[in-house]
Amino acid sequence: MWLIRYFDEKVDEMFAKGLIHGTTHLCVGQEATPVAACTALMKQDKITSTHRGHGHCIAKGADVAKMMAELMGRTTGYCKGKGGSMHIADLEGGNLGANGIVGGGLPIAVGAALTSKMLKENYVVLCFFGDGASNEGSFHEALNMAAIWDLPVVFFCENNQYGMSGSVKDMFRIENIADRSQAYGMPGHVVDGNDLQEVYDVVQAAVERARRGEGPSLIEAKTYRWKGHSKSDGRKYRTREEEAEWKAKDPIARFGQRLIDEGLATQHRLDELRKKALEEVEQAVVFAEKSPFPTIEMLEEDVYAL
Amino acid sequence: MREITYQEAVREAMSQVMREDDRVFILGEDIGVYGGAFGVTRGMIEEFGPERVRNTPIAEAGIAGAAIGAALTGMRPIMELQFSDFVTIAMDQLVNQAAKICYMYGGKAAVPLVVRAPAGSGTGAAAQHSQSLEAWLAHVPGLKVVQPSNAYDAKGLLKSAIDDNNPVIFYEHKLLYSTKADVPEELYSIPLGKADIKRSGTDVTLVATSIMVQKSLAAAEILAKDGISVEVIDPRTLVPLDIKTIVDSVKRTGRFAVVYEAVKRGGYGAEIASLVAESEAFDFLDAPIVRLGGKEVPIPQNPELERNAVPQVEDIVEAIRNIMRKA
Repeated sequence: MWLIRYFDEKVDEMFAKGLIHGTTHLCVGQEATPVAACTALMKQDKITSTHRGHGHCIAKGADVAKMMAELMGRTTGYCKGKGGSMHIADLEGGNLGANGIVGGGLPIAVGAALTSKMLKENYVVLCFFGDGASNEGSFHEALNMAAIWDLPVVFFCENNQYGMSGSVKDMFRIENIADRSQAYGMPGHVVDGNDLQEVYDVVQAAVERARRGEGPSLIEAKTYRWKGHSKSDGRKYRTREEEAEWKAKDPIARFGQRLIDEGLATQHRLDELRKKALEEVEQAVVFAEKSPFPTIEMLEEDVYAL
Repeated sequence: MREITYQEAVREAMSQVMREDDRVFILGEDIGVYGGAFGVTRGMIEEFGPERVRNTPIAEAGIAGAAIGAALTGMRPIMELQFSDFVTIAMDQLVNQAAKICYMYGGKAAVPLVVRAPAGSGTGAAAQHSQSLEAWLAHVPGLKVVQPSNAYDAKGLLKSAIDDNNPVIFYEHKLLYSTKADVPEELYSIPLGKADIKRSGTDVTLVATSIMVQKSLAAAEILAKDGISVEVIDPRTLVPLDIKTIVDSVKRTGRFAVVYEAVKRGGYGAEIASLVAESEAFDFLDAPIVRLGGKEVPIPQNPELERNAVPQVEDIVEAIRNIMRKA
């Protein structure tokens, strides 16, 4: 979780200094959801990710140096600097890709799960998406298709309360997005997305269910992004008080305290881990800065696969 | 050799490839027991079963996305769009996902997907079931676009489309389904990006796509009686496009026309005409380039209006006679 937080805070800082081009969507404050969800997966399992995907990518095992290089447009990045923040994929690590289209990844996750079933590969696909995506048509088409075919998918909604500036209070007439599972004949669960253990337990059960061939589930984790939607967001659509309330529910602090309370870790050990994460991020920046930019010849490469 | 229909040729190519490669499967609306809206997959579910001839809900974006996800993870899906018009509903998945994935991910991912799409007018199905939207798709880098004009080409091009590691849009004209040609029983490939000279001629080069190839050949027969020798070229694939064969022909004949069924404005024929105008063939032109395309109207249901909405043999004959009068 510290690695995700420091990575995104570093990215925020570098954007502010003009060291990174383009745009980015940070997941500071919602680190528990990717970590818990990906911890419930095995290496062979796959994920589809979103525009707010750095946490998913790191939690699925990506190398933060290659991620930073990608954000800085370098050839050593995951996509040779052609994808940037919104299009990082790590197919070898089971990350089928971030997505710049809200809801775009849902049917793709269904197709990947179809492969698992048809080739009897027994992997599960965990599909990350946000509250905004659940109002897209692709959400409904994907859930229905996964349900009728009993596919091994876990639809995992990170409800961070806002689709850009649109509050869930204004964009839904229902309390829980997970209730939509009923419409497609699959189990639905609501969890506290800032509680790592709770998210893990629910995802783990859904993953096992999928692996047994019993079909998809819909999980909604309620969480909050501390930063704006993207880098140019003045956050006029919400109050500083609301932000403070959610910051008090910091998932990292909560889980750290729990480890100490249960005697599973000391403050000293947690501080060591935190420092290690910070160093890894600093090294990622060094690696990225030393890496070459693409040549102009690379512009026209990769349009078509060989 | 035996004669079979275009519809049978498409089915035969799919069946033969599916017997060889377990990763190939078909998905789409009503393709199972029903056999597809145009009967193309008729009988296939009996041989391959419902896993590989997979009936889907009516959900074009979902079907396209599922096909992309399957392709991305090692399958080679063939998606049947019931009517090519419904590509509009699947557009995000085809344009923003399928076409972009290889590039966005730095060449580290591929989407070996075929989208079969029955297109075109002439069935009285009216405005939402008769369009030719291939220019939209040809506009997008990352997609390949194929338009077979006869049964022989359909079989060989479909084999190549399935073998290709990229998303390929395979436009089938509905009125061609019942047309017959000599088609070998064994599986064969026609490379994408290789135009075919359907009829050699010396006076004018006529490039035609899809069903317009058949109409152009009929027009060329009529014009031959007037002593006008028309060379009919079928590009067969819009992307990649074999512009060289076309340019070489124009340099020999000195006159050039292009005919396509899609709406003339912004159609792919305009692209071919521009490429010819920009090429070294420009200096060989003895007359202005002529484009024939569909009128700028939605396709109407009334048969006489519908016939008039798209170029017919007599329109092609007249256009070529006009070209010959100039210069």
